[in-house]
Amino acid sequence: MNMMSEAAVEAAVGAKTTAQPPIKMQGRLVNVSYGDNQALFDVDLDVRLHQVTALIGPSGCGKSTFLRCLNRMNDTIEGCRVKGSITLDGADIYDPSIDVVELRANVGMVFQKPNPFPKTIYENVAYGPRIHGLATGKAEMDEIVETSLRKAGLFEEVKDRLHTAGTGLSGGQQQRLCIARAIAVSPEVILMDEPCSALDPIATAKVEELIDELRVNYTIVIVTHSMQQAARVSQRTAMFHLGRLVEEGATDKMFTNPDDQRTQDYITGRYG
Amino acid sequence: MNAATTIVIVLCLAALGYVAGRLRANRVAGNVASSLHSRSGYYGAFVAIFTALPSLFVLAAWLIVSPMVINSQVFDSLPREIQALPDTDHALQMGKINSIAQGLEQLTPQDEARLKSGAVDMRSLLGEKGVAIAGEVEDYMPAAARKLSAMHSASGLYRTFVIILLAAVGLMWSWIQIKPRMRARNSVEAVIIAGLMLASSIAILTTVGIVLSMVSETYRFFTSVPPLEFFFGTVWDPRFAAAGAEDSAGQFGLIPLLAGTLYIAFVAMLVAVPIGLYAAIYMSEYAGQRLRSVVKPLLEVLAGIPTIVYGFFALTTVGPFLRDISAQIHGLAFGEVSSFIQAQSVLTAGLVMGIMLIPFVSSLSDDIITAVPQAMRDGSLGLGATHSETIRRVIFPAALPGIVGALLLTASRAIGETMIVVLAAGVAARLSLNPFEPMTTVTVKIVNQLTGDLEFTSPQTLVAFALGITLFVITLCLNFYALYIVRKYREAYE
Repeated sequence: MNMMSEAAVEAAVGAKTTAQPPIKMQGRLVNVSYGDNQALFDVDLDVRLHQVTALIGPSGCGKSTFLRCLNRMNDTIEGCRVKGSITLDGADIYDPSIDVVELRANVGMVFQKPNPFPKTIYENVAYGPRIHGLATGKAEMDEIVETSLRKAGLFEEVKDRLHTAGTGLSGGQQQRLCIARAIAVSPEVILMDEPCSALDPIATAKVEELIDELRVNYTIVIVTHSMQQAARVSQRTAMFHLGRLVEEGATDKMFTNPDDQRTQDYITGRYG
Repeated sequence: MNAATTIVIVLCLAALGYVAGRLRANRVAGNVASSLHSRSGYYGAFVAIFTALPSLFVLAAWLIVSPMVINSQVFDSLPREIQALPDTDHALQMGKINSIAQGLEQLTPQDEARLKSGAVDMRSLLGEKGVAIAGEVEDYMPAAARKLSAMHSASGLYRTFVIILLAAVGLMWSWIQIKPRMRARNSVEAVIIAGLMLASSIAILTTVGIVLSMVSETYRFFTSVPPLEFFFGTVWDPRFAAAGAEDSAGQFGLIPLLAGTLYIAFVAMLVAVPIGLYAAIYMSEYAGQRLRSVVKPLLEVLAGIPTIVYGFFALTTVGPFLRDISAQIHGLAFGEVSSFIQAQSVLTAGLVMGIMLIPFVSSLSDDIITAVPQAMRDGSLGLGATHSETIRRVIFPAALPGIVGALLLTASRAIGETMIVVLAAGVAARLSLNPFEPMTTVTVKIVNQLTGDLEFTSPQTLVAFALGITLFVITLCLNFYALYIVRKYREAYE
């Protein structure tokens, strides 16, 4: 239902090459504090449709915090307060009229450490659709599971053991299973919090390839510690430092000719 | 010299050894600490250990073995007709000889003279000294007592000598061993490990000892009552009063007791499991940090209340309340007030026992639910699941094996519970399905059979051991199964 038609995708991809694609999510003056510690200061950041936006910066700079604000995962942390406005398609996601459960179905999330549920591969993927009632029968559910696994590039590897435990897969497969799980509820935006940090280089390459493919259908925000990864997969990059947004712009520009000295230092490995 | 003095001397030697070991370690190192393998304290400890441990070990062995050896030698020297007596009399004779030997040691030369002159007999003389002899002093006894006495003092002398020599040799030997590259630290470590192993094996050996002590009595019980009758008998009627009569054995059917035990435990679990589990889910998933820090200890206070107090509660409050309310209900329904729940009933005991078990269920389950990784919650919430969907579909299934383990542990507690049942369900051994009537449990009957002035030879008392071992086996199986499940659960995620 949230999936775009083929034509719309074409249009969106076409639009990107000419002008800036439309804004999907927008943060304005976002301030976040955990108890007495303020983690984010006045962050303004746009996430554009069908682009991969990479959030980079040294540890503790607030990039994960910002990411978790985008689907209100911070709500689950006790003592966390969010100020400012974040919109999804122009609607404030912190507005009381917004149902956080619905929001999270639209803005899916993939975590740092692969966290498949202790269920079968099939059940892991079917979990979201089942909760949201996306399938009316078994055949439809089978189709959703297969499509999601295919999109996550995992189907061929696991098609013969869909009903074995998801925790029995390798780390890279588990992470792609988590991506399939997120895709299965047809979100518009997928948030990825260092999705490759627990994976080996080969699995990382597969996931990165996957992210690039997913961009066609979804809007992706990814937090990463790897500069190469940000350069490889993202179209726009935002650099955070000490809770502030230092600089944001097209990835090509950020990595070749950044405006801010701190960005320059960070991406050339001088600190962080 | 007595054993306590010897121990003090050995410990002094060990302390000396510690100091000497340290000093020697420093000296062989030429006061360059880095040339030693271990810090000098370890060399001191090494010497102290080798001084104290072997000698204390030998001392302990000596204290156990020497009385046995002496007793058997004295016994062999007794007249043949005494040796021919049955075993129970042997113990009696040896007991007497031991007391006489004790008394003889306190006699002064004057007393000896009086005894020799025949002015006073041995029994009254020892009585004056405060040593009571059970029965007459036979002629052969003083000689045996003197022999015993002499052997004891000789043994004491040898013991002191051997122990202190051993300590000294240990000290010297280990002191000489000290060289810069000697691995004193590793040796001390090994001794520490051995000590820890000893501590844990004591716990296990005690369990084995408890079982063995029950096994022999149980065996004696089964020689008078066939096991089939015990395990499958449906009537519990041990018949105390009829002892000595024609059919004094009575009937020892386990079934009514076992049924009562399981029935009451079942009712208790029916109360404790839902309440405890929901409380645990609330505590671990919904309650805020501040509320949790207040309510959780409060809930655990329930676990600290002695079960007899729960028994009072059942006896004076819950039981009468249930009886009265059942009378009211009956009155409303049939127009005639008569209580169908008795004050002492399975229901009363089950309810109160259930309340007692709530903190066990909730505390154990709370820990298990909290142990489910946060990543599971995040994963589910991140897919747009609500909090209760997350609990129902992800957290609870992930925690389930652990929770089942916790419930089995709780169940074994319910089965072993005694005091609540005595006060709340009565002592009548009946076989019934009606929860409003009294029943009783295995533990209550064990207490019943063993209370009062009893001899430990009749099946009426020995049955308690058979009941005990049955209960032990049941709870042991439950615990084993619980541990097995908990272990399996540990592998669930990772």
